[in-house]
Amino acid sequence: MQFKDLFQKKRKYATVPTTERTVNRGGDGGEILPEEKPRREIPEGLMNKCPKCGTIQFTKELDKNLKVCTACGYHFKLSAVERIQMMMDEGRFFEYDSEMMSEDPLEFPDYVGKYRKAVEATGMNDAVITGEGTIGGFPVVVAVMSFDFMGGSLGSVVGEKVTLAVEYAIQKNYPLIIFSTSGGARMQESILSLMQMAKTSAALAQLNEQGGLFISVITDPTFGGVTASYAMLGDYIIAEPGAAFGFTGRRVIEQTIRQKLPDTFQTAEFNLQHGQVDMVVQRKEMKSTLTRLLDLHVVKGDLAHGR
Amino acid sequence: MAGELPFEQPLLELKNKIEELRRFGADKQMDFSDEIARLEQRHEQLAAELYSNMSTAEKMQLARHPQRPTTSDYIQLIFTDFIELHGDRLYGDDLAIIGGLARLNGVPVTVVGHQKGKDTKDNIARHFGMPHPDGFRKGLRLMKQANKFKRPIITFIDTPGAYPGGAAEERGQGEAIARNLMEMASFGVPILCVVIGEGGSGGALALGVGNRVFMLENSIYSVSSPEAASSILYKDATRSKEAAEAMKITSEHIKALGVVDEIIPEPRGGAHRDVQTQAEAIKQMLTKHLQELSTLSEKELIEDRYNKFRQIGRFTIQEGNHNHA
Repeated sequence: MQFKDLFQKKRKYATVPTTERTVNRGGDGGEILPEEKPRREIPEGLMNKCPKCGTIQFTKELDKNLKVCTACGYHFKLSAVERIQMMMDEGRFFEYDSEMMSEDPLEFPDYVGKYRKAVEATGMNDAVITGEGTIGGFPVVVAVMSFDFMGGSLGSVVGEKVTLAVEYAIQKNYPLIIFSTSGGARMQESILSLMQMAKTSAALAQLNEQGGLFISVITDPTFGGVTASYAMLGDYIIAEPGAAFGFTGRRVIEQTIRQKLPDTFQTAEFNLQHGQVDMVVQRKEMKSTLTRLLDLHVVKGDLAHGR
Repeated sequence: MAGELPFEQPLLELKNKIEELRRFGADKQMDFSDEIARLEQRHEQLAAELYSNMSTAEKMQLARHPQRPTTSDYIQLIFTDFIELHGDRLYGDDLAIIGGLARLNGVPVTVVGHQKGKDTKDNIARHFGMPHPDGFRKGLRLMKQANKFKRPIITFIDTPGAYPGGAAEERGQGEAIARNLMEMASFGVPILCVVIGEGGSGGALALGVGNRVFMLENSIYSVSSPEAASSILYKDATRSKEAAEAMKITSEHIKALGVVDEIIPEPRGGAHRDVQTQAEAIKQMLTKHLQELSTLSEKELIEDRYNKFRQIGRFTIQEGNHNHA
């Protein structure tokens, strides 16, 4: 019997609901996620315009194409829930630490209000969902970030959940996959946000020490504190086509040092050229690529964990 | 002393008045000693008042004071036998970070720190203490060396942040910082970090993963520079004072949040008023904590550091608030 068969028999997975859900993509206001009947009469949900090439297409067609523009190949941003549905086997997923919520330790002006709004708009408790499931039959621990929750910012909750995910991966001997998207550290928790970079990186140092596998998938956009911690620490780093990522964003660079930057600056392809990622992989190839990588780390029936 | 800050003007005026009176008395051979004593007492009172009630913005000015002592000043005063080492062996020698070998109380250590310039020309060469990836990688190279030869690591933190530039991004600014965080977490030697001026963003943290982290009384530490935070939060770079206040960047706040272990007091009016005394205070703190840590094994040192950062953060568990499953 194979290790993964054993695993599947033991685990019972909760299923991420596929019921309709309102998502707020990158602050462009609420958009309606593809959902059949009740939404049919709402025209805005029926069609979608590609922000890159302007092509208008049926939401249904777009969804079938994994939210990649059928005309130009632009990869639309995904919420954490959408990505989990696409990447995990049968969309099934056992979630960790779902009840963890932010505090307002600095009593930062407007933080509580903004946070509540994000919770209401996304149905999430913070900018990351962590848990376990299988990809291509391989058990994995995954952390999936969502840009629609306060710009995917890294604060205490994201830092803690990602650190716990790393620790679960260590305990369970499962590979870890993190899908990143973030504007950077969360300003409203200032120094505590900054320290989450050290905390998550220190946890990854332990996983690394143990010989554990960590695959980092960078999606559009990923900047600041997330780039300067776990997103760039993968044994393998994969980016989605066109995903913008870096440490300092182009606008800040242009304003601060008045440097003229090429149009392609900080795209996944630009970063590939400059040696910052292993590969740029289309969304429709992502799951099979991850599966192949996981498969290559199976040694004598066990996943690579130095044993 | 030159370099008075705007909020220190009343003190300067009083001081000038005292000087003037002294000169006048000497010229005219008149005795103003009562008047002078009275004024000096007022000066004393005013100074005590001003410096004990500094706002965040005022502390920020002290932390960025052009005469504030830098890493190289402290290296000269705290250590002996300093040998500076250069380059990351990959690309170049970033002068925004300096480092090398030295002795602390006779014991060999590795010292690494951000280096701001002493004047405009020096600042341009050192990018105002804002490192490129090459700087972080130079620091990492020296720290790895320390780990190999079992030397304690001392770092000095003083940067507005990592350098914002195209070349820095192309060479992997994010990766360089991330790598430092991960590697520093895994060294089996004591690591002590001192925030001596500005601790800005990931560029500061890249030298900040220590068993003990200290802040000078008037130094600041934050997730990004108040200017950057202002433009991110309010889409307006001029509201930096407001952002600084909101981000709780002063040493007492940072200590209350559990991020630094101890605050090192500064001479009244800031470290630049008496560099010798300041250096001595830092040295005592380093010596005390290095002694404490010297009893720990390599494994214990790594655990100690992990536990320190592991517990930082605030959150609640809201049972039943299970949003998505």
